[in-house]
Amino acid sequence: MGVKKKELKVAALENGTAIDHIPSEQLFKVVSLLEIEKLSTPVTIGYNLDSKKMNKKGILKISDKFFEEDEINRISLIAPNVKLNIIRDYEVIEKKLVALPDELLGIVKCNNPKCITNNEPMKTHFKVIDKKDVILKCQYCEMKTKKEDIVLL
Amino acid sequence: MKKESFVSIADCSKDDIIRLIGKAEYFEQNPNQKLLEGKVCATLFFEPSTRTRLSFETAVNRLGGRIIGFTDAATTSSSKGEILKDTIKMVSNYADLIIMRHHLEGAARYAAEVSTIPIINAGDGANQHPSQTLLDMYSIYKTQGSLENLQITLVGDLKYGRTVHSLISGMSHFNPTFHLVAPEELRIPDIYKQFMESHNIPYYEYCDFSEKVINQSDILYMTRVQRERFTDLMEYEKVKNIYVLNNKMLDTCKENLRILHPLPRVNEIAYDVDDNPKAYYFEQARNGIYARQAIICSVLEIE
Repeated sequence: MGVKKKELKVAALENGTAIDHIPSEQLFKVVSLLEIEKLSTPVTIGYNLDSKKMNKKGILKISDKFFEEDEINRISLIAPNVKLNIIRDYEVIEKKLVALPDELLGIVKCNNPKCITNNEPMKTHFKVIDKKDVILKCQYCEMKTKKEDIVLL
Repeated sequence: MKKESFVSIADCSKDDIIRLIGKAEYFEQNPNQKLLEGKVCATLFFEPSTRTRLSFETAVNRLGGRIIGFTDAATTSSSKGEILKDTIKMVSNYADLIIMRHHLEGAARYAAEVSTIPIINAGDGANQHPSQTLLDMYSIYKTQGSLENLQITLVGDLKYGRTVHSLISGMSHFNPTFHLVAPEELRIPDIYKQFMESHNIPYYEYCDFSEKVINQSDILYMTRVQRERFTDLMEYEKVKNIYVLNNKMLDTCKENLRILHPLPRVNEIAYDVDDNPKAYYFEQARNGIYARQAIICSVLEIE
């Protein structure tokens, strides 16, 4: 009986991208970073789903959308262990792990109040100088930002 | 128009620095030339800095260039809310070169991105002041005959002092040893220690400013300990007079030692040092003209 009651909580995708293992608390940030609200295709957002590994997780299933590498890598800052499934005709044809890009444009806020980026209408620009420990360096004021101090725009 | 700006000393390779120092040496021999004839240089000082502006403007004038600009943002459109980009775009249409000073960090890098003409950074907040670094290095080169293998002692505010940070970056190509003398509150930040470690540069930290440290130095680079940097004024009162160099402390120093200071000094170098032949800070300021002539001609690609 118990087994039967367990049903698929999220509908299968025909074509598109399924993003799994998103920490629940980061789910809506991921939604906004990927600009999901601008899409016109069907999107399923799963929030606070049970997960053996993570306790609670989020899932995104986005129909007919295949992200570019730099689009998807934006989320690596807040959800570094996310898995991406590329689906065509109900089959997972590719699995990807997100990776931190070399540069981050317009995603992270510079924590230096005297940085030009906080005083002009312009995009921030960071170089990732340490991918392992996640240390960013502002291209403008040259201040370094550690992982725990990262604030998204 | 070719656009090669001068924003940070960290952008310069060892060869770039050697080339610029060679040019500065040439301009010291021939300071008055018509190399900038027909050129218009804009000095945009969003923040006042009389010393730096006069030095740049002297450099331009001695090369026959003309100058437009402002000395204080209060008299410009930025006080009406004009963004930096618009000011730079506008001036790019008028001049051949922009020399700019700005109170915000990263302003020069951004200006270089939006400008169609070269930008020379004459100081962006607490970030960079690369022409100061080049004149410091030219002064070191002139007084020591080489930039290689020197014992350099940096004294005072090593936490906020941007001249100190840039000097460490610029000298990193020349196998220096640094002796860092600072009060606990103004010690060199960890990122610069990591920088030195990753470049295999030996450094030693001291709280005491003693003859022992001075005696091993080739260059003694003094900086001002600024009162406004202290959260605890008791702490300031304790250290403000510790890092004062007086003539007596130089009795047993090396013959080739020279004392540098980016100026203005307050009380960290006693006036009795001024007459000591090892005092070099006023000549250092004069070297700024030649270093800036070298930078200006380099970004304008004038040989």
